[in-house]
Amino acid sequence: MAYLTRNALVRWLMQNPIWGFVLIVFIFFSLMTDHFFDLRNFQNILVQTSTIGLIALGMTLVMINGNIDLSVGATLALAAAFAVDVQGWAMFATWGSWQILPAVTLALLVGVVLGGLNGFIVWKTGVDAFIVTLGAMLGIRGLVFVYTGESSFYAMNFAYSDFSALKVGPLPVLALIFLLCTIAVHLLLSRTVHGRNSYAVGGNREAAVNAGIRVGPHMMVNFMIIGFLAALSGVLLSTQMGAATPNLGRDYELWVITAVVLGGTKLTGGKGDIIGTFGGVLAIGMLRNGMNLMQVPAFYVYVILGSILIAVLFLDKHFNRQAEGGLRL
Amino acid sequence: MTRKEPALRLQQIVKTFPGVRALDGVDFEVLPGEVHALLGENGAGKSTLMKVLAGMYQPNEGQIYIAGEEVTMTTPLDAKNQGVVLIHQELSLVPEMTAAENIYLGELPRKSFGRVDWKTLHARCDEILSRLKCRFSSDTVVAGLSIANQQMVEIARALTVDARVVIFDEPTASLTDAEKVVLFDIINDLKAQGVGIVYISHRMDEIFTLSDRITVLRDGSYRGTLVTAETDEDEVTRLMIGRSLDLSRNIKTPELGDVVLEVRGLSCAPSFSDVSFALRAGEVVGFYGLVGAGRTELAETLFGLRRPDGGTILIDGAEVATTSPQDAIARGISLVPENRKEQGLVLTMNCRDNMTLPQVGDLTAGPFVSSGAEIAIFDQYRDRLAIKTPSWRQLVGYLSGGNQQKIVIGKWLSMQPRVLIVDEPTRGIDVGSKAEIHNLLRELAAQGYAVIVISSEMPEVLHVSDRIIAMYHGKITREFSAAEVSEDALVQAISGLGNGTAA
Ligand SMILES: Nc1ncnc2c1ncn2[C@@H]1O[C@H](COP(=O)(O)OP(=O)(O)OP(=O)(O)O)[C@@H](O)[C@H]1O
Ligand SMILES: [Mg+2]
Repeated sequence: MAYLTRNALVRWLMQNPIWGFVLIVFIFFSLMTDHFFDLRNFQNILVQTSTIGLIALGMTLVMINGNIDLSVGATLALAAAFAVDVQGWAMFATWGSWQILPAVTLALLVGVVLGGLNGFIVWKTGVDAFIVTLGAMLGIRGLVFVYTGESSFYAMNFAYSDFSALKVGPLPVLALIFLLCTIAVHLLLSRTVHGRNSYAVGGNREAAVNAGIRVGPHMMVNFMIIGFLAALSGVLLSTQMGAATPNLGRDYELWVITAVVLGGTKLTGGKGDIIGTFGGVLAIGMLRNGMNLMQVPAFYVYVILGSILIAVLFLDKHFNRQAEGGLRL
Repeated sequence: MTRKEPALRLQQIVKTFPGVRALDGVDFEVLPGEVHALLGENGAGKSTLMKVLAGMYQPNEGQIYIAGEEVTMTTPLDAKNQGVVLIHQELSLVPEMTAAENIYLGELPRKSFGRVDWKTLHARCDEILSRLKCRFSSDTVVAGLSIANQQMVEIARALTVDARVVIFDEPTASLTDAEKVVLFDIINDLKAQGVGIVYISHRMDEIFTLSDRITVLRDGSYRGTLVTAETDEDEVTRLMIGRSLDLSRNIKTPELGDVVLEVRGLSCAPSFSDVSFALRAGEVVGFYGLVGAGRTELAETLFGLRRPDGGTILIDGAEVATTSPQDAIARGISLVPENRKEQGLVLTMNCRDNMTLPQVGDLTAGPFVSSGAEIAIFDQYRDRLAIKTPSWRQLVGYLSGGNQQKIVIGKWLSMQPRVLIVDEPTRGIDVGSKAEIHNLLRELAAQGYAVIVISSEMPEVLHVSDRIIAMYHGKITREFSAAEVSEDALVQAISGLGNGTAA
């Protein structure tokens, strides 16, 4: 019996090598540094990863659906700029802390609209999402610079910049938002019709069409969700900094894709899940945090993360090779 | 003993997959110059055994002897170097590449500096293709070839090496009769050269004309080897499925209902033109013709995958435009497509999810998909179609070819359509299940469904249809009722002979 359960655990870990890796990293840093194993630090890790984590949730949807979104970093920056700028507009001057509401709403809306636009173009033109969102990434980043005039916006409302310091019990509010979103997207992907159809479209588009699934709307919805999450991430990041800078969110698309791929989602679509993505996000978060505590110079962190990415994917391939070989793809 | 040394011998092979004991101590041998047929139900382990032979799987136990010497083969290349070539059941070509590049994939002839020697390549490939009597040139891109021609490319691959043993895993599943004749010639050629042939098929007639011996597998275990000349279909079937099959044809004059589907002057250039017919509730209509006669395209048009450029479609007497599959599905039309892997299945999804894919939107409880409702549907059709899988969680990509096909059929049967169109429904399905599916189609008709069966197999069309519509070059040439049909007339009608149709 004990053998059986252990066996099931081993098999689960072989299918989700990232969680084995998370475990190893956790133990490693707990032993190697004094400050890693500490509730404060865990809170820190969750807050630090929440920005990348939120977008990674959306990226999982989009990638399972057979697409990719490279424009998330730029969308994040534009949403942050809106959130910080709009609350200072004269028309909301008398609103007190309520001025945050229209600002954040507008910022999130911007994310949804931009995501929807990406999705719409991919759907209607049939151009590869990689190309479409690469263009969007450049274009939106350009808009950010036009909008901000190449300088930063600062939040004048203290309620805004204090938000990120709030806690619910032991959980920082940013971590809480990330965890709630994780659960929500997990349920969306694993339990709803939209989630099921997203897998089908990414797995075999022709078969999905033949089953009467409307491919385009599903793709568009997923792009809107990732746009929303990128914008939300931008808003949260700007509350942490009390400002929005034009370079906010640079390279985020790379971190996000790394986390998602580490979590076992396939670039070819049709495969992946949120549990894996959550593991990938935690792995990156702990590595960055732990190496920071060990005072590893920042550039080595990149080298190490890059190597780990390749190593984990190699292990994944190795464990699952026999099974994949038999898959009549 | 005066027996020849077997070209290849397998002893006590065991192969397991998680949850499946696919091979359980199987013995098998091929003599030089022998055609040895391998028979068994879907999922019996035939393809797995051959993959062990071809170095794609490592057996958990057992030995492989080639020309009397024990060998271990860890890659397909090892096997190829030993002279063992496998022609896959599932096509494994690179669609974007030309036929020639596929034939010599990985071993393109070279010139200096590693440049590809295109001239030699095409000369060699054209030679092989002409031996196979193929009418396309070796620089055709594979994606543009019909499935039958792709199959020919796959076969051409095997002819590039000096083979000791060639394994054909259901090679005729998508070939026309004419192409089959060519293939059988090739097989007899190889045989005369002393090559050992393993031949897997679910078609008894082929097995009895072609093979010297027959080995039967059942549920992964070895059931025995028979000399073809000394046995008959009944004995083989009993060995294979444990009972005899009742293949008597039951033409009941069906209780015909109203016209459900009517097509008037439907055209879709260049595939078919001016097609008219009516389909009543309670009847099975067979569409018979050669590959390329336009039957698949007609089905796709009815299902909303193609836009017709003329004519009308009426459902229950009202003109409709089915512009998309979801339209067609909503009106009760379902299509089991011709090519399960590309058009029917999401191989990365499990059995249950594939089966319920078109109706998952209706199987919800609150915002979520109801797993229980899905499993209920899956269980029902798994039992009805005898689908062999360890559980509904198994990815469809791991099922045997025939069981994959059954998932597709189950998917559309479970939609309870009013008009069910099945395109080559029993391709790759074993005799027992084939009879089962035929019965099922008849049963559906008896319950008031209207069924269209597209098939290139004459016995199948004759067996299930109340009415047969013959097509040739995109046109309906003749209609037969089950009572009046003769094989000769049918052959004439599909080859454009007689009845004033120009050939
Ligand atoms: N890679 C794999 N992983 C898991 N199970 C597998 C794998 N390959 C085959 N199986 C299982 O092993 C059994 C034997 O499969 P196999 O493909 O050999 O059947 P087959 O006799 O060729 O059937 P068919 O006539 O349908 O082609 C099946 O139950 C199948 O589901
Ligand atoms: Mg097989």
